[in-house]
Amino acid sequence: MTLKDSFITALGGLKTHKSRSGLTILGIVIGITAIILMMSIGNGAEQLILNEIGGLGAETIVVRPGKEPTGPSDLGETLFADSLKRKDLEALKRKGNVPYLREIMPALLVPGSVSYEGETYRPTIMGGSFEIMSATFNVYVTKGTAFTETEINQNASVAIIGSKVVQELFGGGDAVGEFIKIKDRKFRVIGVLEPKGQAAFFNFDEIVIVPYTTAQLYLLGIDYFHEIIIKTEGPEFVARSVADIERTLRESHSIENSKDDDFFLVTQQGVVKQVQTILGALTAFLSSVVAIALVVGGIGVMNIMLVSVTERTKEIGLRKAIGATEKDILRQFLFEAVILTAFGGIIGIVLGGVLSLLASILLTQVLELKWVFSFPLMAVFLGISMSAVVGLIFGIYPARIAARKSPIEALRYE
Amino acid sequence: MPLIEVTDLQKIYKDGEVKTPALRDISFSVKEGEFVAIMGPSGSGKSTLLHILGFLDRHSGGTYRFNGKTIDDYTDEELACVRNEKMGFVFQSFNLLPKTTVLENVKLPLLYSLVPHSKREEVARRAIESVGLSHRIYHEPSQLSGGEKQRVAIARALVNKPNVIFADEPTGNLDSESGKKIMEIIQRLNEEEGHTIFLITHETYTAEHAERIIKIKDGAIESDVKVHHRHNAREKFSK
Repeated sequence: MTLKDSFITALGGLKTHKSRSGLTILGIVIGITAIILMMSIGNGAEQLILNEIGGLGAETIVVRPGKEPTGPSDLGETLFADSLKRKDLEALKRKGNVPYLREIMPALLVPGSVSYEGETYRPTIMGGSFEIMSATFNVYVTKGTAFTETEINQNASVAIIGSKVVQELFGGGDAVGEFIKIKDRKFRVIGVLEPKGQAAFFNFDEIVIVPYTTAQLYLLGIDYFHEIIIKTEGPEFVARSVADIERTLRESHSIENSKDDDFFLVTQQGVVKQVQTILGALTAFLSSVVAIALVVGGIGVMNIMLVSVTERTKEIGLRKAIGATEKDILRQFLFEAVILTAFGGIIGIVLGGVLSLLASILLTQVLELKWVFSFPLMAVFLGISMSAVVGLIFGIYPARIAARKSPIEALRYE
Repeated sequence: MPLIEVTDLQKIYKDGEVKTPALRDISFSVKEGEFVAIMGPSGSGKSTLLHILGFLDRHSGGTYRFNGKTIDDYTDEELACVRNEKMGFVFQSFNLLPKTTVLENVKLPLLYSLVPHSKREEVARRAIESVGLSHRIYHEPSQLSGGEKQRVAIARALVNKPNVIFADEPTGNLDSESGKKIMEIIQRLNEEEGHTIFLITHETYTAEHAERIIKIKDGAIESDVKVHHRHNAREKFSK
């Protein structure tokens, strides 16, 4: 009996028991659907996060105070650390210390809300230097003007606001020249940003940017920075600059051992690595859950195949009587199992694809994320091969039982 | 050289410590082209004998030569191959595959043979034609009468042009008219096509269609005689 004959015979056997075949593969369908869904959504999430990080720019380094957080409990320490001060900014600005530094900007986050004539809104309030933010994140002012070094040095009470903020406070009317209130202090709106949405860690539509000096002095009353954003001459200078910055800050803080660092650096490469590590761990965990689902599905297939073998004892006896060898019978039933599960795999792939497409539509439409639907070819390959392997593994036992039946006993079976 | 030759053939069924002899010292030989009926009451061992002769079961003692070669010299694969190419089986309960057309049922033995794909359909159609069922070729067994089912089974048995056809009570489940038709086909296969026939029956009338009757009782041969006045199913049927 040729392989082709075995295949056709197996297919015929499945066709005569259609509804049972359908029920048998349900477990496999669910398992493979889960795999596809997981891979597609995992991929989409990675793309989404990497895109946002991508806004940071490969040539950018962020300096944060405190120790590098290794767990959630360290996060508080970072937020309240006060190690980055004006003298550090000056030290880093010195060409001899960090030669490949192009721009440097301290940044502060101000908690609180903004109000205008009774309307109140809670945007992200940031103290920074607009020139550098603009260069780093490619955001531009469409109406009015931007503030410069001059306003920073004067601790001027001026603000640049995002398009959503204009919408919320001014109902879409002209905002430039108006005064808004942040923490009971009046700020003159001098510019409005073009709509841009999420870039790096910020949503530029829901942001209010004021000079960092003003934020330090009038809004927070502190003499340190929450972070310092540094742009280097290019991505190839990041590694070198990281070393330069670390050396400079240690000198400035009189630290001798890197273990005692009261600051840490974030680079795009570093963040990407971190994100990939987290997503990798998550995927590994989910994979093990899915693997269990597939094993359960496989046991289901084995069960039904055993029932099928018993029910078709007479057929097996007849086939043996007219010349089928043990190998022929083994192959026939093994093929049945593999065709079943592979078919279940294909249904699972289609179903998984449809569900992840629906999920991506939901994520973009309802949650307004910049989600990109991705359907990795790897998942298709993996789905089909995994389901076939499950069929092979869980089909062997029933097929062997079928192959070893004695022809006369099988023929006598009623 | 006889096609089938058994000497002191024994079959003992073991159930734990209890040994039940089913066949004791059976000896006979059958030439190519003979038509032999095996008769005996139920439990006499005639089916066991047929199973052993048809390579479906192994004997416990004595020797069995098929085509001059003892059965012990065949491997399992070779036994399957001989069953496929040189033997045909017709069972009392037809044993057709359900939900499978007449054509596909008859093609079944070809699946395990060396007959090339392109020829299978033609060979199967010819076998169906020879049992007069060409008009039922795409029917499923559930749509056929008992007699028609048995004719499909005969077509399946002879599709590979076997040397010997083993028929185990082929008319046992049929009414007398259908039974006559079956006997007519079996007789014709023997006389015109030269197939050796082993027919198991417990009816004397059916057995008398054969050339020779071997009677078995309690696992041993009681008598082995030539039939002097054979019934000819065709004459009666075709008048």
